[in-house]
Amino acid sequence: MTPDHGIPHEPGAPTLEAHDVWAAYSDGLASDGPRHALEGVSFRVERGERVAVVGPNGAGKSTLFRLIAGTLRPDRGRLEVFGQGPAGHICIAYVPQRTQVDWRFPVTVEDVVMMGRVGQIGLLRRPGRGDWAATRAALARVGAAALAHKQIGALSGGQQQRVFLARALAQEAELVLLDEPLNGLDAPSQEAILALLDDLRRDDVTVLLATHDLDLAAERFDRIMLLNRRIVAFGPPAAVLHPDSLLRAYGAIRN
Amino acid sequence: MNWLLQPLQYDFIVRALLAAVIVGVVCSVLGVYIVLRGMAFLGDAMSHTILPGVVAAYFLGWPLAVGALVMGVLTALGIGLLTRRTALKEDTAIGVIFAGFFALGVAMLSAGASTIDLAHFLFGNLLGVSSGDLWLTAGLGGLVLATIFLFYKEFLVLSFDPLLAATLRLPTTFLHYLLLLLIAVTIVVALQVVGVSLMLAILVTPAATASFVTHRLPTMMAVAALIGVVSGVAGVYAGYYLDIASGPAVVLAATAIFLVVLGLTAVRRRLPGRATGAPS
Repeated sequence: MTPDHGIPHEPGAPTLEAHDVWAAYSDGLASDGPRHALEGVSFRVERGERVAVVGPNGAGKSTLFRLIAGTLRPDRGRLEVFGQGPAGHICIAYVPQRTQVDWRFPVTVEDVVMMGRVGQIGLLRRPGRGDWAATRAALARVGAAALAHKQIGALSGGQQQRVFLARALAQEAELVLLDEPLNGLDAPSQEAILALLDDLRRDDVTVLLATHDLDLAAERFDRIMLLNRRIVAFGPPAAVLHPDSLLRAYGAIRN
Repeated sequence: MNWLLQPLQYDFIVRALLAAVIVGVVCSVLGVYIVLRGMAFLGDAMSHTILPGVVAAYFLGWPLAVGALVMGVLTALGIGLLTRRTALKEDTAIGVIFAGFFALGVAMLSAGASTIDLAHFLFGNLLGVSSGDLWLTAGLGGLVLATIFLFYKEFLVLSFDPLLAATLRLPTTFLHYLLLLLIAVTIVVALQVVGVSLMLAILVTPAATASFVTHRLPTMMAVAALIGVVSGVAGVYAGYYLDIASGPAVVLAATAIFLVVLGLTAVRRRLPGRATGAPS
């Protein structure tokens, strides 16, 4: 790893390790509800694994992703990416929910993918030949090369998600966090995204994906993390999708 | 063409034109970020909160720009602190600071036996631009444009996706305050042209107009700058020939261009086969 790629990775360290992590709601409010979005969460994710994070609304999925991305700090506990605190890494990509993006913003698909390079390019410098090459390669890999000069608002939902995945590729991300990327997509578009995530396995890229879709999580992911402020269950789909654990994850919220 | 050249025999008209052109470019380019980031209210507030600084600088015999800059920075820091350290929403924090500082400025102005004309401060004094003012305008304006150019990709990422900016470990707090500082400097630059009460118009209107015709940020900045320049020049000529105040004339010209482009865009959308049509 060159200095341009953020802090070095500790050899042999797991991609992601959380130990007794507690976190408050990021807005600091929720006075009538639970005070913590996450309570004593511990887990480990190895390199190249594909994990589906499943849980009801308010289960702390977004909070967990922000902690992993290093944009939020735990109140208590320790969370490490490649053996270090996440806040120094630039190899962590966060693909936002589509509702969080301003699609009217005056940028083209190519502009958005190039944004993934900004960490490597460095302050006050312009994109070089290598950055353009990485941008084009990333677009080609997600099958969006023909869309390069389109304004982002002109894309379909599936195309929008693929462009943000291309941005993660241009960033040379080794850990990709996708916040409910399949919401509102039709089946073929979902399949296209999932196929791209399968393809990332080639490069040992680790993927965490938040979703509500249990069947899909069971079919396409190595492990499922069932989250409801605590980790209710974490393991291979067959072990996790047990009526007991589902009741504990979803039943608690309904009451 | 004589009507174009005839006013140029007066030096104060030439200076007014140069000031209007510089301000047109600087305000419109920075205004693109204000529009995209939804900071219009902040821009409006900041153009008013500099009043106590300007009045204090006047009484102390300092350059007015120094007082304005100090207040611009205090405004930015005050709003930032209130938003981060209390549960207040940002627009509420802006409102409190906006009103408080502006009232302080008006109070200071009314207390001192002042020769500052409040009307000049409120609506600008484009025809009173001295060559010293012009140099200051050019210098500060150049500084703003250079900063926007140098931090182009960082401001772009921060504006489009703040979370990406954070995961790329960009200095987001620094960039945020840098942008606020640029707004403060730009307001100082534009103070003499339109004054505080119409400041928001030249920050926002050309950029809003440009957003109708392009889907790329650099083009949007260039188009906004062009509209800013045309409005500035048109305003000075309109002021000269129609005997109306130049500042409002500049803003009226910008608003007229906005309405024309809005109309053309609406017509274009209705043309068959061009439903999604917008050039890149």
